[in-house]
Amino acid sequence: MIGALAMKELRVLFASPLAWVVLAFVQVIAALFFLVLLQRYQIEQPRLAFVPGAGGFTERIAAPVFGTVGFVLLMVVPLLTMRLVAEERRSQTLPFLMSAPISITQIVLGKFLAVVAFLLLVTGLLVLMALSLYLGGKLDLGLVAGNALGLMLLTGAFAAAGLWVSCLTTQPLVAVVGTYLLLLVMWLVNIGTEDPASFLHALSLIRHFDSFGRGVLALADAAYYAIVIALFLLLSIRRLDADRLRT
Amino acid sequence: MGPDVPQPFGCALAKQVLCRATAANPMADDPKPNSDLTVCAHELSRSYGGAVVVRGIDIELRRGEVLGLLGPNGAGKTTTMQMLTGNLAPSAGSVSICGIDLLDDPAAAKARIGYLPEVPPLYRELKVDEYLTLAAKLHRVARSQISAAMAQAKQRCGLADIGARVIGTLSKGYQQRVGIAQAIIHSPDVVILDEPTVGLDPHQIREIRALIRELSGQHSVILSTHILPEVEAVCDRVQILRRGNIVYRGTIEALRQRRSGPALLVGLRRGPALDELQQLPGVARVEPADHGLLRIVQRNDQDCTEALARIAVERDWGLYHLAPEQATLEDVFVELTEQET
Repeated sequence: MIGALAMKELRVLFASPLAWVVLAFVQVIAALFFLVLLQRYQIEQPRLAFVPGAGGFTERIAAPVFGTVGFVLLMVVPLLTMRLVAEERRSQTLPFLMSAPISITQIVLGKFLAVVAFLLLVTGLLVLMALSLYLGGKLDLGLVAGNALGLMLLTGAFAAAGLWVSCLTTQPLVAVVGTYLLLLVMWLVNIGTEDPASFLHALSLIRHFDSFGRGVLALADAAYYAIVIALFLLLSIRRLDADRLRT
Repeated sequence: MGPDVPQPFGCALAKQVLCRATAANPMADDPKPNSDLTVCAHELSRSYGGAVVVRGIDIELRRGEVLGLLGPNGAGKTTTMQMLTGNLAPSAGSVSICGIDLLDDPAAAKARIGYLPEVPPLYRELKVDEYLTLAAKLHRVARSQISAAMAQAKQRCGLADIGARVIGTLSKGYQQRVGIAQAIIHSPDVVILDEPTVGLDPHQIREIRALIRELSGQHSVILSTHILPEVEAVCDRVQILRRGNIVYRGTIEALRQRRSGPALLVGLRRGPALDELQQLPGVARVEPADHGLLRIVQRNDQDCTEALARIAVERDWGLYHLAPEQATLEDVFVELTEQET
């Protein structure tokens, strides 16, 4: 049931050029960045080979690419999520889902999983790009896996937030702008704090990515993203259910 | 079909109990007509921000029946249908579909409903086949039966050869048919259609009406409309709504009889003065009617048709039209929906 719904979302997504453009755009950015890093690595390697802690292949090429794509996806995911519910409201297709024998939770999960599947595709292509480094040497697979997992969690949080904002409006354009604002606030929430112990650091979307970027699987950071995702999905369910009860 | 005389609303609760009782044993071959109750809505109310849109209405529907929900725009037809299909939670009252309470077990109840909202809920980007497959899957049609169900729905709605077209490129008439196909693909017990013929050309309207009649064989159909010929053409029973209240419930025939008084319409080419007609036996009153005809109101229980014809011929009035007056449904509708509270 959820799967059928997610398939429908993916079909609708790929029916517009947007999804393809986004896929290509992310790949081009990632590939450019990847090549620049590779080139710099080749130039600097003779000098850095004997510096302890300078890191190898994976730390200096693969990991930064994941981090960059994370930032690119901050700008891209809202474009993918903007139509999820807003467009259904605008073209009055929501009754199709609401009068089917499925729960609102299933509707929300189906839509969320469709975006996650798209992000999995993006991440998968990045992993392939990183694996191409095998042509020239050994790769730290754990670090790549950590980065990939971190990227999925980070962008999953973007998707959940975007889904919620899309539930709030009938205009996809409003949804995309709203999601940008929400994500930027969550990203930069700690920017003004000098105090390293401030709780604002704990709220920032990007700070929790750092540990994954270093290949550390920190449970607290994974939990942070899981909580953010669950929170926004719950808010989405609440919002859609409120439609039925609207006064 | 049960008695179609307008009934007081008080009996609904008893039927509700019956309606629930049959749910416990849906397979029972209960000879009582109530076992065929597919929709049983009781005291349904809805208000938006203090304004009551639907006020304690009851709806009952049996298998094979077509119920017309009639009313002027804004009477609460759409709101009622949204409540019957679980798109809107009622402020008060209950809905059960084939004995399953819509609020207690929405999934099981919704599986038995097919709903076409006012605006057909179509994903313009999908192909007809993709869309109908999705509708079948979401409505729990077994995987092995999806293609058969889809073929049947498409054949019934005249979509057989456009399965590969993208919905957004279809004409309004075809889109409406896709909307109906998605409502019947899972063979629901109850089909609820909100103004299914709006925006179609006369030819398409006829086809859709024929389809609705065909559907009523196995499904119960609730149809909302403000087009009266549509009701006459397809509905067995009507409920007329006005400002959220039901102002009439009964058969079409009973509705028409409300107005057909004992009057004759007479056309005379060389008619005498009205006074002379007034003197004829059995005539209560004579007044001019449309199209140069005369409206002759007869005295109670007296049929002066024959006498009138004989006299008209004897006196050479040039009789060219003589027929009992048929009150149109429109008159009745206007009367029922416009009277002040």
